[in-house]
Amino acid sequence: MTRLRIHGGRVVDPSQARDEVVDIVVVDGRIDAYVGADFGGEYDRVVDATGLVVSPGFIDLHCHLREPGFEDKETISTGALAAAAGGFTTICCMPNTNPTLDTANDVAYVFAKAREARGARVLPLGTITKGQRGTELSDASELSQAGVVGFSDDGRPVWDGRLMRYALMESLRHKKPVVNHCEEPEVADGGVMNQGRVSDLLGLKGQPAAAEDVMVARDIELARETGGRLHLAHISTEGSVRLLRMAKQEGLAVSAEVTPHHLIMTEDWVLGGNGRNGRPYDTRTKVNPPLRREQDRQALIAALAEGLIDVIATDHAPHRSIDKDCTYDEAAFGISGFETALGGLMQLVESAQLTMTDVIRRLTIEPSRTFDIAGGSLAVGSTADLVIFDPTASWTVDVAQFNSRGKNTPLDGHTLQGRVVTTIVGGDVVYEWRNVP
Amino acid sequence: MIEAVERPNGKLAEIETGLTAPWVGRKHVLDLDDFSQEEIHAVLETADRMKEVLARPIRRVPALRGRSIVNLFYEASTRTRVSFEVAAKNLGADVVNVSASGSSVEKGETLLDTVRTLRALGADLLVMRHNHSGAPYTVASHADIPVVNAGDGTHAHPTQALLDAYTIRERFGKIEGLRVLIIGDIAHSRVARSNAWGLRALGAEVTFCGPPTLLPPTTLSSEGDSPWDVGVDMDLDHAIEGVDVVMPLRVQLERQEGSRLASLRGYARDYAITRARLARAAPHAIVMHPGPMNEGVEIDADVAHGLQSVVQDQVSNGVAIRMAVLYLLMAATHGGARGRASGPSVAPLANGIEHVSAAQRRS
Repeated sequence: MTRLRIHGGRVVDPSQARDEVVDIVVVDGRIDAYVGADFGGEYDRVVDATGLVVSPGFIDLHCHLREPGFEDKETISTGALAAAAGGFTTICCMPNTNPTLDTANDVAYVFAKAREARGARVLPLGTITKGQRGTELSDASELSQAGVVGFSDDGRPVWDGRLMRYALMESLRHKKPVVNHCEEPEVADGGVMNQGRVSDLLGLKGQPAAAEDVMVARDIELARETGGRLHLAHISTEGSVRLLRMAKQEGLAVSAEVTPHHLIMTEDWVLGGNGRNGRPYDTRTKVNPPLRREQDRQALIAALAEGLIDVIATDHAPHRSIDKDCTYDEAAFGISGFETALGGLMQLVESAQLTMTDVIRRLTIEPSRTFDIAGGSLAVGSTADLVIFDPTASWTVDVAQFNSRGKNTPLDGHTLQGRVVTTIVGGDVVYEWRNVP
Repeated sequence: MIEAVERPNGKLAEIETGLTAPWVGRKHVLDLDDFSQEEIHAVLETADRMKEVLARPIRRVPALRGRSIVNLFYEASTRTRVSFEVAAKNLGADVVNVSASGSSVEKGETLLDTVRTLRALGADLLVMRHNHSGAPYTVASHADIPVVNAGDGTHAHPTQALLDAYTIRERFGKIEGLRVLIIGDIAHSRVARSNAWGLRALGAEVTFCGPPTLLPPTTLSSEGDSPWDVGVDMDLDHAIEGVDVVMPLRVQLERQEGSRLASLRGYARDYAITRARLARAAPHAIVMHPGPMNEGVEIDADVAHGLQSVVQDQVSNGVAIRMAVLYLLMAATHGGARGRASGPSVAPLANGIEHVSAAQRRS
């Protein structure tokens, strides 16, 4: 019998409406009891969490682990560890690998690699259409039985409304969400950033916010018509929030996620984060959907606070340096997000736009409910997947220290507040911050 | 390299110091949005002196002798590339031209690797044109040599805007208070963007005119978030009334018809600069065009080559402006006429202008 004690931390677990300083006893990888500081007993290990927050391990519904096919960007092993360093204990990886995750065999490969990895648990999504080509549905039943937690063609929106409709109908059978990246390709028209003041200024092709809104509207109507289970990936616009509100008011089976980068950055970051005197055309800001206007950012924060947006998901998208050391047009879309997620989100707690409970809820119990997967709670009897973090520790992002192979983030060099200290998966410490003061 | 050549007279040296002073601290010429009015005036006045050089039988000064300037062009160009080449040669620099076709770019070499290679081969200054907006910024943030943007995608073309300002000033004796109308595909025009910065900085009133599909989206929005302090008018016949400068832009024939523009014929009907339309501008109005022109589309042939056209002046002024830009930038980055920096300095312009022959006479 292995006994672990987490001592002196502020336990914040929205699933049990718990926010108090209390000790947690973990026995054989499960939450065994909540006890007072003076409670005795023998432990194999005592983790001192005094002054720190103890939360259920974070669950990320949207990330890219690149394996198989793009192991020079990330592997399941480096990605799972990077996720743990960001406080995540379960991550759901997108199927846009090579080959794409179209069959039970493809999915089995990911699970096999995940078993060898140390860090977060890995749960794959399968494709909606074969090869993400948007022409022929993948076998959702086969994929579902193989263990996928949802379906997505990720960066390639399912633009054929007929296929999207059938995919949503299939979800009535397997009960798993169909996750669409909402972007109407003709309206987006190859834009590399948000269309607006900054794209006009820099002479870069912009994608209008309407490119996202149009497809969100279509998918909501298809969800209404089919009764299927729709999850909107990384919404980024004021318009998407408006449409989501309508869908939820009508009780449709629609959920949505937002990324930390859309919550803390705007299109101005393309100018270098610091106006024209910064580093304009900073390719590290190139991401899809693009960083939007301040009013979009504020609408997303408000929607999260209100509970309209269900989940915060990173869309962790690691790339090689060569994919970003080029012109803005040439650069790959994506931000390496695992290891800065908490630090970014704590800014919003610090500025009182979100509460600590809001943030933790959207990283734990809500993603667990949204994809109907285990975790997200530290109730007695649950698996001991948890994260201990210092909500006030300041640290400077140095991508050279990342566990991820993807060093691509515009937050490099920025000072963030809020640092993951220890991550525990199934009772095992899988990550500890080396520079604990 | 000419160093510490005696200044022929104090007056020229004074003027020269006055010219280069506003450029102290400048590392690159990427766009005009970060130029002060003084910096622009320094270019225009230096270009005046360069024009004097160009009027001589031997149109050369050794101000940049021993310097190596690379023209790196990823996009087709006649006037800009040749203009930079002639300008650099007139200043005595060694010039190497590299174009994307026929170089290792075709083998897939990245932009930054190409630049590193050119640097290792001894480039002291890079003039670059690229089909992607911002490419010179990418290079400038990695390279340790000055970069001059000779046109990047749909973003900026600062030396074109400078030569346009110079040509306007040459005709009117001033720029402040003039009304300038820029017509056509503003959304995709690096010339319009850079001119909006340059001409506004110099006090001109600038209006963009074109069909809504060819105007930058924010100039049409009601939110007032357009980055430029310019007027917008979709009706040319109204906009052209009484203006001093008429500047139609090239319509990119290859990519517009059938989507952004229903037809070129329709575009010409509504936006071509014809004699009749030009008659509505001020009587002294001039017509400019950054070239190459589509005669019969955005401009009628008799206007393009008519009395009010200054298109050829723009081209010849381009050489003087680029000589001025290369000179000032080399002076600012390599220790100017006074040899500030530790590296080899740029020869004083005054010496060059006051003649190599002055030095020759003495020797």
